[in-house]
Order: sequence, then C-alpha cells, then structure tokens
Amino acid sequence: MAAVAEVPINLGHIRWIGFKTIVIREYGRIIRIWGQTLVPSAVTAILYFVIFGSLIGRRVGQMGGFNYMQYIAPGLIMMSVITNSYANAVSSFFGAKFGKHVEEMLVAPLPNWIIVLGYVAGGVLRGLMVGVVVTTVSLIFTNLHVHHLFIILAAVLLTATVFSLGGLLNAVFAKNFDQVNWIPAFVLTPLTYFGGVFYSVSLLPEWAQRLSYANPILHMVNAFRYGFLGVSDVNVWLAFALMAMAAAILFGVLLVLMNRGTGLRE
Amino acid sequence: MNSRSALSVRGLIKTYKNGVQALKGIDLDVAPGDFFALLGPNGAGKTTLIGIVTSLVNKTAGKVSVFGHDIDVQLDAAKACIGVVPQEVNFNMFETPETIVINQAGFYGIERRVARQRAQKYLEHLQLWDKRASIARSLSGGMKRRLMIARALMHEPRLLILDEPTAGVDIEVRRTMWEFLREINALGTTIILTTHYLEEAETLCRDIAIIDGGRIAERDRMSSLLRRLHTETFVLNLRNSLAAAPQLEGYVTRLSDDRTLEIEVSKEQNLNEIFERLSVLGIEVLSMRNKVNRLEEIFMRLVEARGHPPASAAALAAAAQGGRA
Repeated sequence: MAAVAEVPINLGHIRWIGFKTIVIREYGRIIRIWGQTLVPSAVTAILYFVIFGSLIGRRVGQMGGFNYMQYIAPGLIMMSVITNSYANAVSSFFGAKFGKHVEEMLVAPLPNWIIVLGYVAGGVLRGLMVGVVVTTVSLIFTNLHVHHLFIILAAVLLTATVFSLGGLLNAVFAKNFDQVNWIPAFVLTPLTYFGGVFYSVSLLPEWAQRLSYANPILHMVNAFRYGFLGVSDVNVWLAFALMAMAAAILFGVLLVLMNRGTGLRE
Repeated sequence: MNSRSALSVRGLIKTYKNGVQALKGIDLDVAPGDFFALLGPNGAGKTTLIGIVTSLVNKTAGKVSVFGHDIDVQLDAAKACIGVVPQEVNFNMFETPETIVINQAGFYGIERRVARQRAQKYLEHLQLWDKRASIARSLSGGMKRRLMIARALMHEPRLLILDEPTAGVDIEVRRTMWEFLREINALGTTIILTTHYLEEAETLCRDIAIIDGGRIAERDRMSSLLRRLHTETFVLNLRNSLAAAPQLEGYVTRLSDDRTLEIEVSKEQNLNEIFERLSVLGIEVLSMRNKVNRLEEIFMRLVEARGHPPASAAALAAAAQGGRA
C-alpha cells in the first residue's frame, strides 16, 4: 500500500464527483428495482387508456377541441412523472435513513446542497424515464401533437424537480414507513385527480374552478398539456412562475432543515 | 487548539434534547501518526465524541479541529481527512461490496476509474474480493466489519476512526485485521480505536485516553499507564495436583482448582524467586499466564474508582475475555 500523503483538498472537484456519484447510485437503484420503478406506471397508463380513453372516452366526445384520449394523454404522462419523482426521492432517501447508509454521505465532505441536488436529480431522472415509458404507451393508443417542445421539457423538468424536492422533504421528516406513504396517499393522489388530468376545469361550477386554481398540480398539468396541444385552463407563464417559486422555496426549506440536522443528526 | 494535531478537541460539551449530558468538557489531542485508544464503559461518551468529530452529532459547545481544519469553519476540509468505521453496520444491504466502496470513494471526490483500482486493492487486502459481487446482506458479520474498513479506506484518509471494529469478529479474523491496521498505521495513517477488547488496545495502541461519565478520566502513553499497575495476578498450571495452596512468604496465593495456582506479584517482587521457591517445594509449573490483561486491570480500577456498579465492571471483564459488554 502507498504511504498516506497530505494532498491538497479540492472541494469543487469533490462536490462534482460526489454529485455524479449520488446520481449514478440513484440510476443504479432505479434499474436494479425496475419492476417497482418503471413498470407499474406503464401498466397503470395502459389501464387508464383502455378504460377512460377507449371505453368511456368514446362517449365523452371532444374536450378542448381534441378527442378525449388525446386530451388525457399529457395529463397521464404528467401524473406518472409527479408520482415517480416524488416516490423516488422519498423512498430512496428514507431508505438511506432507515438503513443508516445516509451516514455514508453525511460523513463525507459533501455540503447538504449537493446531497439535495443529487437526490433531486435522481428523482427527476426517474420521473423522466417513467415519462418516456408512459409517452411510448400513449403512442400505442393515440397520436401526440407537439405544439411547443421547450414548454413540454420545461414543464416536465420543473414539475419533476418540485416533486423530488417534496419527496425529499417528506423523507427528512418521516420517522417510519407509514409517514412515507401518508403524503402520496392523502395529499398527492387527490390533488392529482383534481388537477385536470382527466377533465378541463371549465366543466366545473365556478366555485370549484376557483378552488381548482389553488391546486398547484392543475397548473403543472395544464402547462404540460399546452406544450402538446396548445390548450390550457391556466396562464402558462403563471404556471411556470409558480413552479419555479415552489422549487426555490422547497430547496430553501430543505437546506435549512438539513443544516440544522433535522431528522438526520442528533 | 493544537493546529499540528491530527485531532484536537477543546471544551467539548454535548447535551442531548432529553437533557442527558453525554460530554462534559472534553479536551483531547491526538498526534499525527499515532495509534490511539479511546476506551470507556458503555455510555461513557465515546460514540458521541466520534459522532461529533465525524459530524453525525451536533455539538452543544466546544471546538474540534482535524489536521488544523476547524469543523465550525472548514467542515468539508476536515471531513475529507477522516475515514470512519462506525459501530453499527451502515451500508446499503442490497448493494454489492464493490458498489458500496466505489460509491463511497465518489463521495470523497475519487474518480470511478481510480475508485475501481482501489476497490480491488482494499477488498483483496481485507479478503473480500471473492465476495465483491455478492449482495452485502449475505456477508457474514466479520465480512461486514471488514467491508466497512475497506470502505473507510477508499479515499485514503489521514485519520481513521474505528468504533469497535472487531466486535463480534472471531479471533483469527481479528488478528488479521490487527495486522492490517498496523500496516496502514506504519504508512502514516493516524488511527483512533475504540474497543471493548482491552487486549486489542494494549496490543495495538501507543497512546490512550479513558473516557468516563463524559469526561477524560485518564490520558497517557500506553506504556506509562501500564507501568502504573502495581500488582499483577499470574495463573500457573501445575503438573501435579495440590490439596492446598503453598504458603510463599510475601506472596498471596490461592488455588482455583487442584492444578491451578494463582499468585499476586507486586512490582517490587520478581518471578525468579517464585519459581525457585516452588521448585524447592517440588511443585512443577507447566505454563503461566496473566489472570487478566494488564490494561483491563487498570481500566477496571479506574472505572470502579469513579463509582461504577460491580455489574458494569463484570460486563467489561466478560467483554475483555471475548464476549460483548
């Protein structure tokens, strides 16, 4: 073995390699448990397209000037992105806490913002991978227009970022596996179903429309749908502003909590 | 703080949220290149101290620096110098040993190409190369301990902290690990070791601190500390059985069974005289050993003097003889 020598510490280099390592590890995890990470969303999307798109959708007729299958396709893609980016961050980070291997990163010379960025990148990566899978499934059932590619990419990236941050926040606070499942079951799922995935809010009574505008997922789904179809129930630029703001706030809150050691350090 | 120390700790206090004060003002310096034992009974504060140094535990007050890097100012630089082997297994049980050590290297900024080479080097050194592609949870207890050592060495740290690295490891593997630790210490790595096996500390370490009740109870060179031991008990195995312990003037003797004689010998006395007298009495000695290891003797005296109950001391004795306290 070589003698231990004093080598200059290049923190910038350490952080970059450290960030890449977290992302590579997350990618490895996504691939290793592909049956849990990539397949379920494809199966769910097929069921939605068969039941809502094909069987019920035929009777629904047009929505927003498009057939129902085309209308719900962007929403279904976005739903899978939201669910998976959140699930990846919360389950991977809580798993690391539960198994104590989060300590591998905590004792390393990585500042908390690098750890947050690494896990967010992992969540975004899974969101995008599942998004591609569900898009491919969608193309079996319907054809997808691309109205504005930049808006599609920006909306999916920002949404995946926001929900990865949300999942990470959940994981920081969670003390057991029940608490990992509460937010997805009782908050995320209702907000997603009421978030305009399956319908246009213009179909709702006025009070319900107003209530729907307070739902952040409505803005995300509609911004994404606008990228494909060119129609939206919300102001797309307001939607982007809200997403950027949510990402910034969540990132800031996470950093404060992690710097304090909440849920991580005694 | 001593900026030339591998580890310098001043006035370190830790009070947990439940009000328990685990550290009550620790001052400690570990010199570069040292092999340092940090001993203490269960709950003495050893793991809390290590937790603060490695940033897993937030301190309440005090200063810590690692090779001159103050953890309040240059935390990442300090952490870059440290490798830690924790008491509890803390790697991902679903990953392979090779993945675990390569990822750990990445967290310290080691490129994957270099990390792969080092993974082979350290996994081979610790006899884990054949298991590199196995799922970590399938490894035996001893293999898991060795994997944590390999992982801690991947960035070739200047300070290696081992918190009970050989707990639950069989004697053969333990001795292999000792050789390995001696080797990396000889190459310049400063090592801080906590252990319940006091023989391990006595065999490996040059300096020692005994921590008890959140305070440093003793800090000395190992050799100086051992010299302070005034009385040792030797156990002699006899060829022929005896009905009663022989009366040797100036010595306390007792029979633990008909062929095993225990003799207390003080620093001023010598063993030659004992053997001469036993020969005169026609008692033939086949072999001899210390009743307990010398460091254990001092350790127990210190701990008992500080008011620990006998149960605690008994547990330590059991630990020193191979069990876990």
